[in-house]
Amino acid sequence: MEFVRAFIVGGLICVVGQIILDHTKLTPAHILVSFLTAGVVLGGIGLYEPLVRFGGAGATVPIIGFGYALAQGAIEGAKANGVIGAFAGGITSTAGGIAAAIIFGYIMSLVFKPKTKN
Amino acid sequence: MENMTNKEYQQYAEKKIPKPTYFKNMLMAFLVGGIICTIGQLIRNWLFNSGLDEKAVAGGTSIILVFIGALLTGLGVYDKIGKIGGAGAAIPITGFSNAIVSPAMEHRTEGLIFGVASKMFIIAGPVLVYGVSSSVIVGILYLLLTKGR
Repeated sequence: MEFVRAFIVGGLICVVGQIILDHTKLTPAHILVSFLTAGVVLGGIGLYEPLVRFGGAGATVPIIGFGYALAQGAIEGAKANGVIGAFAGGITSTAGGIAAAIIFGYIMSLVFKPKTKN
Repeated sequence: MENMTNKEYQQYAEKKIPKPTYFKNMLMAFLVGGIICTIGQLIRNWLFNSGLDEKAVAGGTSIILVFIGALLTGLGVYDKIGKIGGAGAAIPITGFSNAIVSPAMEHRTEGLIFGVASKMFIIAGPVLVYGVSSSVIVGILYLLLTKGR
């Protein structure tokens, strides 16, 4: 059942992005940035957490969930260590994903040659 | 065909114009995004069952999905998924990974520093700038609002 919920929640978030893509001049890069920022805001005011509890990976895998993790980390950091925690918390909670993106991105671009685009 | 009037031809031509594919795009975004998130749920459950705590599970799921996205981009597969799934491929964290690897590979010939390492962040850079900045603001607002009470 949790797989169905993940599928539906994740799918619907992507549909929202697709509608924005098809009906505006925004590019996927705009969508990534705005969804991420939306995740930070929604996470910050506590509106995203219910969706995470309901949808599991369906809510955390889309980039909006990355924003949610940033906000959660910043709030936890602020609770524990005040202003310093507010600065450090966001990156701390997402450090794994960011580090992975950097090192795997670097390795893959050395290993593979770009395919010719058609 | 040859005996068509102008009007008839116009009607014929209109029929041949491809209809906007909005509905199909939405459906494909739903399916591709849904499948990627379901794979994410599989990874989550697997990590949970191996006894990791919530934070490690969240981090581990991101790391594995980012790796999958980077590998598929390197192999040229993710671009194909992106053509089919549109936002369904772009919005999951695998799409973030794709947005890093793709420009890095393309600019490989410009060198390891100004090519790969710097072009990796063409899209990831803005994502991190807005994400990290807004998270710091959220943390500080939290402090201000809770201290005021």
